[in-house]
Amino acid sequence: MSTAFDGDLTRGTAAALAAAIKAGDVTATEVAQAHLDRIAKVDEKVHAFLHIDAEGALAQAAAVDAKRARGEELGPLAGVPLALKDVFTMRGVPTTCGSKILEGWRPPYDATVTRKLREADLVILGKTNMDEFAMGSSTENSAYGPTRNPWDLTRIPGGSGGGSSASLAAFEAPLAIGTDTGGSIRQPASVTGTVGVKPTYGGVSRYGLVAFSSSLDQGGPCARTVLDAALLHAAIAGHDPLDSTSIDQPVPDVVAAAQRADVLGMRIGVVKQFDGEGYQAGVLSRFHEAVDLLRELGATVVEVDCPSFDSALSAYYLIAPSECSSNLARFDAMRYGLRVGDDGVNGVEEVMALTREAGFGPEVKRRIMLGTYALSSGYYDAYYGSAQQVRTLIIRDFDRAFADVDVLVSPTTPTTAFKIGERVDDPMAMYLADLCTIPTNLAGNAGMSIPVGLAPEDGLPVGLQIIAPAMADDRLYRVGAALETALNTKWGHPLIEEVPSL
Amino acid sequence: MPAITREEVAHLARLSRLDLSEDELVHYAEQLNVILGSVARVSEAVQQLGQGQDIPPTSHALPLVNVTRPDVERPCLDPAEVLGQAPAAQDQRFRVPRILGED
Amino acid sequence: MTTSTMSLPTYDEALASYDPVMGLEVHVELGTATKMFCGCPTGFGAEPNTQTCPTCLGLPGSLPVVNAVAIESAIRIGLALNCDIAEWCRFARKNYFYPDMPKNFQTSQYDEPIAFNGYLDVEAAGRTWRIEIERAHMEEDTGKSTHVGGATGRIHGADYSLVDYNRAGIPLIEIVTKPITGAGEHAPEVAKAYVAELRELIRALGVSEARMELGQMRCDANLSLRPLGTEKFGTRSETKNVNSLRSVERAVTFEIRRHAAVLNAGDKVVQETRHFHENDGTTSPGRVKEEAEDYRYFPEPDLVPVAPSREWVQELRGTLPELPGARRKRLQADWGVSDHDMQSILNAGAVDLIVETVSLGAAADQARKWWMGELARRANEDDVDLGALPITPAQVAEVVALTAAGKLNDKLARQVIEGVLAGEGSPEEVVAKRGLAVVSDDGALLAAIDEAIAAFPDAAEKVRGGNQGPAGQLIGAVMKATRGQADAARVRELLLERLSG
Ligand SMILES: [Mg+2]
Ligand SMILES: [Zn+2]
Repeated sequence: MSTAFDGDLTRGTAAALAAAIKAGDVTATEVAQAHLDRIAKVDEKVHAFLHIDAEGALAQAAAVDAKRARGEELGPLAGVPLALKDVFTMRGVPTTCGSKILEGWRPPYDATVTRKLREADLVILGKTNMDEFAMGSSTENSAYGPTRNPWDLTRIPGGSGGGSSASLAAFEAPLAIGTDTGGSIRQPASVTGTVGVKPTYGGVSRYGLVAFSSSLDQGGPCARTVLDAALLHAAIAGHDPLDSTSIDQPVPDVVAAAQRADVLGMRIGVVKQFDGEGYQAGVLSRFHEAVDLLRELGATVVEVDCPSFDSALSAYYLIAPSECSSNLARFDAMRYGLRVGDDGVNGVEEVMALTREAGFGPEVKRRIMLGTYALSSGYYDAYYGSAQQVRTLIIRDFDRAFADVDVLVSPTTPTTAFKIGERVDDPMAMYLADLCTIPTNLAGNAGMSIPVGLAPEDGLPVGLQIIAPAMADDRLYRVGAALETALNTKWGHPLIEEVPSL
Repeated sequence: MPAITREEVAHLARLSRLDLSEDELVHYAEQLNVILGSVARVSEAVQQLGQGQDIPPTSHALPLVNVTRPDVERPCLDPAEVLGQAPAAQDQRFRVPRILGED
Repeated sequence: MTTSTMSLPTYDEALASYDPVMGLEVHVELGTATKMFCGCPTGFGAEPNTQTCPTCLGLPGSLPVVNAVAIESAIRIGLALNCDIAEWCRFARKNYFYPDMPKNFQTSQYDEPIAFNGYLDVEAAGRTWRIEIERAHMEEDTGKSTHVGGATGRIHGADYSLVDYNRAGIPLIEIVTKPITGAGEHAPEVAKAYVAELRELIRALGVSEARMELGQMRCDANLSLRPLGTEKFGTRSETKNVNSLRSVERAVTFEIRRHAAVLNAGDKVVQETRHFHENDGTTSPGRVKEEAEDYRYFPEPDLVPVAPSREWVQELRGTLPELPGARRKRLQADWGVSDHDMQSILNAGAVDLIVETVSLGAAADQARKWWMGELARRANEDDVDLGALPITPAQVAEVVALTAAGKLNDKLARQVIEGVLAGEGSPEEVVAKRGLAVVSDDGALLAAIDEAIAAFPDAAEKVRGGNQGPAGQLIGAVMKATRGQADAARVRELLLERLSG
């Protein structure tokens, strides 16, 4: 085994692991086994995974090793382990979306993202925990129990992709896949000191991504470094004829942008609306320091006014529940998943209602009813219709902003990781976690969160969000990598190394 | 916006096939009122920010149109694999509780 | 309320007080190779659930992609119905729970149909009726449930149901008329004529076989009555899934009588869906819903808008075939038949059979003679459609050709047709098996002629003397001797030659 990772393969970046496997310094099987061992050791505490596919992972790793032995060319991430959010289908492997209603379901098909991961020879370790059907900002809404933040096991790892972010921060996997409907990649990245990217809507196929809110959902990469995120982004992005909303254009060269890592001459806008009251002091101080650093690196920083962003959260909490009320109608106990109350007496309506009552958790029911209400005749115009108009206003604000600046920045989320249980009874407080991330989902453009330090008051990670226009995802990586490099230089090491050992 | 009553929540639950308990009906009525009270500002926002103009709704973030596929067959699933995941199956069909409805 | 036919006013009584208003919604399954939103095949009669995939099973994570040919067919139907074609339209989700609908929403079109504002002219009761078309929109079919157990085997008594999703996702076009007023006593006939004409149109376009007996075309008939002389529409009933032309007519007729009975009694018509019963021609109510349906339509976020370019629409307009009405007029002129005869041909369902027979080389009058004569009689006797007789236009054309070539005479041709209908094979085979060929060997005929001359010397003498009258007796004798298989014209020729030489 190589000494490049100080004897611990789980500390390696994806880029370094791939290089070591390619060079023959280490086998894919050794890398996979090291991560499976790490999971066995720490996941009891973290609970990042809902299902470990050790057999599948080792088989895939062995296939990579065999490929190399045959002298075949290996892809840039061949043999690198990955944690897959349990919202993507994977043939024959349980896919629950964190819900009891899908307990035991083994999909008969692969999501396009899953297929691309296989084709790129990534080693899928298992499926990660999430808020039920991706509805939440803390992973407390998982029917299988919460995931804990490796920085502080009493705190949330963000959500809905808390399993993916925690798996990275716990060194259980160097790469993970998340989905981001209102911030579910970026907010977990922010609170776990990791990197998360929501690509342009339509940039990554949604085929096989179990829908929460179809017009907002987007799969994307999660990693511990910007370059690793870029490599994973390149592996999963691209046009898919099975997804009508997939963009039929070349994927921006995100890897080159991450390698370029400079902001010289760029214009960066600070969103006026996402600052000040309601934000934790340490979040703001780290954010402003990072903005100053960007200025020092040669960017021009200006303030940008986006007045419609104040209504984004409201619009989101009408659009997402509306779409989810329809998307989740298919979980009806007829063709797959849970069935409750089929006693030969109950009719189909009762069985559907009993099953959905038993199979869905409180947040899912709340949103289904909210959406059902918002779409009802008589309320449609005031709620759903107006929300879609707000969406238009948000797109206009972005258009205006991007006419002047290359990217926008803001804190990723107003606070650091909060305590498990702290907001479960207060939906509105919980929803505030996505305040800054939602406009990007509504507009369909691209966003990234990168760690910019620890809040002095609690020692927990703070994330900075970068937003780029649709199909300009490469700008995220240019800015993110530049900032990452400068911060690592300042700190003398990557922030993630400060995560306490478990 | 008018407050949502327990009866309205019951109606929503029926529409969305959720067999809610009495406690849930009351609880959700409260919560939905809080949430709706907060999000109902979208109409005002449109009025204010739209400055009286007619703002078209956006249903799709990106302006794609005319995405179609050729009328060409793709492989089907193996019915055994699909029915193997069903709560109940019989004669290569999905078995479902009796349907009290129309055809 | 239950309504027995006994207590209903007669049709004439009903029409004496009320004016019927109809609205017809016809669903047509398109004959595309694959489904509306996935690549599963659409063939009829496959093993259950073998024509399914994640998308048409509504599996979590699956997504729809629109079939290009379905859009093209929808536009062509719209154009043939004289509709405007939307410059931009969307799909919407119609949300309601039903086990044979895998996503528990139907992907359909709502306030933005692809085609709208058209009309179709139909012939009924000796005049032309312009039926205004409200819209034609695209949607998807549901799966099929089989109800098992219970006393009656019907849905209400069933213990459970079995669902096959092969049909789920097959493309449908729903064509909706505006309210049809002014048909009065002819309403049932007009409804039937409209559905018949629509079926012809769909077939002519080649977008579906529109076989009602296979459910490829289904009609929902809305009906309301208003007192004669009033304007305001009454409350309507919607009779669902009527699946034959005759049933359309009967269902409307029954509903007119039923509504009249309700109104006569001073009661209110209930707005409800109803089911038509083939056996006794009545309708019965569907389940009364405790709450009004609220389908919570919203634009389908998984599909992008459809914006057919004007150039494409124009190009598709160029692909429209001659439409049934125009075609009927042309054929009538080509065949030189009277309005009355044309109507008979239409009623007999013989138009396409004749056209095809002619296209295979038969003279039009010959083709018409067979289909409208001998074969129509047989169809009538056997109580089957003309097209269902076990004889093809090609076989009829062959008989006509054999006759024209002198190989069959009229009498023999009838026997050949009879043989084909009896399953004895092709016309050639029947001729061979039954030995029906016309005796065209002059030598054999001359021998028979000589025998006849010898047998009837007086007659022969008269003919020799220039009196052709008795020739018939001699020809008759020859025909008898050849058991009818001689070509009578040729016999006459040879006989006259013989007696003049
Ligand atoms: Mg319909
Ligand atoms: Zn299919």
